[in-house]
Amino acid sequence: MRTMDDRKHAPGEALKYGVLGGNPLLRLGLGLCPALAVTVTAMNGLGMGLATACVLLCTSLTVSTLRGLVAGRARVPLFLLVSAVFAAVAQMILAGWFPALNGALGVFVPLIAVNCLILNRADEAASRSGLMTAAADAVGMGLGYTAALTLVGALRELIGRGSVFGAAILPSGYEPMLLAAMPAGGFLMVGLLMGVFRAVASGRSGKKESERT
Amino acid sequence: MNLRMSPAPHVYSSQSTRALMLNVIIALLPCAVAGVWHFGSGALTLILASTLSAVLAECLWQKLAGRRVLIGDLSAVVTGLILGLNLPPSAPWWLAVLGSAFAVVVVKGLFGGLGDNFVNPALAARAMLLVSWPKYMTAWVAPAGWNACVDAVSAATPLASPGSFTAWQLFLGDVPGSIGETCKLAILLGLAFLLLTKTVSWRIPVTLTASAFAFSWIFGGDPVAAILSGGVLFAAVFMATDYVTCPMSAAGQLVYAACAGLLIVLIRRYGLYPEGVTFAILLMNIAAPLIDRCVRRRVYGHGKGANAHNG
Repeated sequence: MRTMDDRKHAPGEALKYGVLGGNPLLRLGLGLCPALAVTVTAMNGLGMGLATACVLLCTSLTVSTLRGLVAGRARVPLFLLVSAVFAAVAQMILAGWFPALNGALGVFVPLIAVNCLILNRADEAASRSGLMTAAADAVGMGLGYTAALTLVGALRELIGRGSVFGAAILPSGYEPMLLAAMPAGGFLMVGLLMGVFRAVASGRSGKKESERT
Repeated sequence: MNLRMSPAPHVYSSQSTRALMLNVIIALLPCAVAGVWHFGSGALTLILASTLSAVLAECLWQKLAGRRVLIGDLSAVVTGLILGLNLPPSAPWWLAVLGSAFAVVVVKGLFGGLGDNFVNPALAARAMLLVSWPKYMTAWVAPAGWNACVDAVSAATPLASPGSFTAWQLFLGDVPGSIGETCKLAILLGLAFLLLTKTVSWRIPVTLTASAFAFSWIFGGDPVAAILSGGVLFAAVFMATDYVTCPMSAAGQLVYAACAGLLIVLIRRYGLYPEGVTFAILLMNIAAPLIDRCVRRRVYGHGKGANAHNG
């Protein structure tokens, strides 16, 4: 099991790790389901990412506070219970103030409760560290997830509709590639971005392959 | 010492990839000629655009990825040619270019190149184009010679309006459809060449066609029209037989082709699209490793019951 090494406990490092080296979607492969389902537009990606990030932060803080009280096998149901509470709150806020976005995200807002990103960070980071470290980890991971979802959403919106955040970018003669707006297009886009992130992170794109032949 | 690793199967043969691919290209030529004969300049443009861009995409990708440039193995030519022959004659040229680039780079290159792709690149590209630009991929023109695509008299394919064409018209390809798939005579010529040069075995083409024939008869359709309409024969000869994505064992190939035939009939009858060949064969490509696993003979001394004596 992966554990955080010491340098990631510094808040700045935790932020950088969450956005780049340990990006939850593009490096760790966490929270794939909403990433594939709702990121048809950049706005959807941003909204979903921010909602998840807020639930993640609240859950991590609560779990970190309670970490002396829970141990062993009872911990996972507790993590889920905590995240379900905050997911319910998030849904009420979205439904109240952003009804259009709430409608676009649909069932994936209540499903934030069982997003494996939140469970993973609660188990690996928050339940083993103090409030500050847990908060830094949650903010880094939340921002990384938001950035990744927004990127996937923006690219899919650009290719599938010719616009980004609703603003037309490509000329009107552009024939949208409908595949990009479908779940299959989400798989392709996330897969391609994972490849790019992996190549950049290892900093030796292509070298390994040329050694093979 | 320089140890090389190449994908399985590790079998010595006098036939190189290049020679096999050259045979496939020769076998595809009658279809290409028939397509241009029926659909004219538009068909020729598409075939050339898809073939050239497939080779170009392969070259660029292999250079960018830092690999050896292997366009000499002609596999990109085959992929581009097959994709071009799978397009409706009135499709715009950029569709062919995008499809070829997708086939070569995304479906083949990103998975490791020729031999590592898990689905047939040309078919996957066709599926991508079909769901992305249905407007162009389901627009058909009547076969009217050199200016067929310029005049662009739109027409329904035999699958969309069954019974409006005679079996003879279907056989000669004098019907609306994809460039290479309409002329069954040309496909059979290609098949004969592939069989004579031992490039493919009879198993997949014959089993797939027979299966589509039998199942469309069972489901109450006209079995002769079913195998002479759409892309059944073209796919059975040129795409289901792709070495990389079909099962390796003889028994596995029979199962694979029979299931593909059944899927084609099911999708045509109950699916959203009038033609099910593309999706049927893609699904069976994905199932090919599983089929190989299921029909593999147990190696003596291994597997179930082998440890009965020594606990």
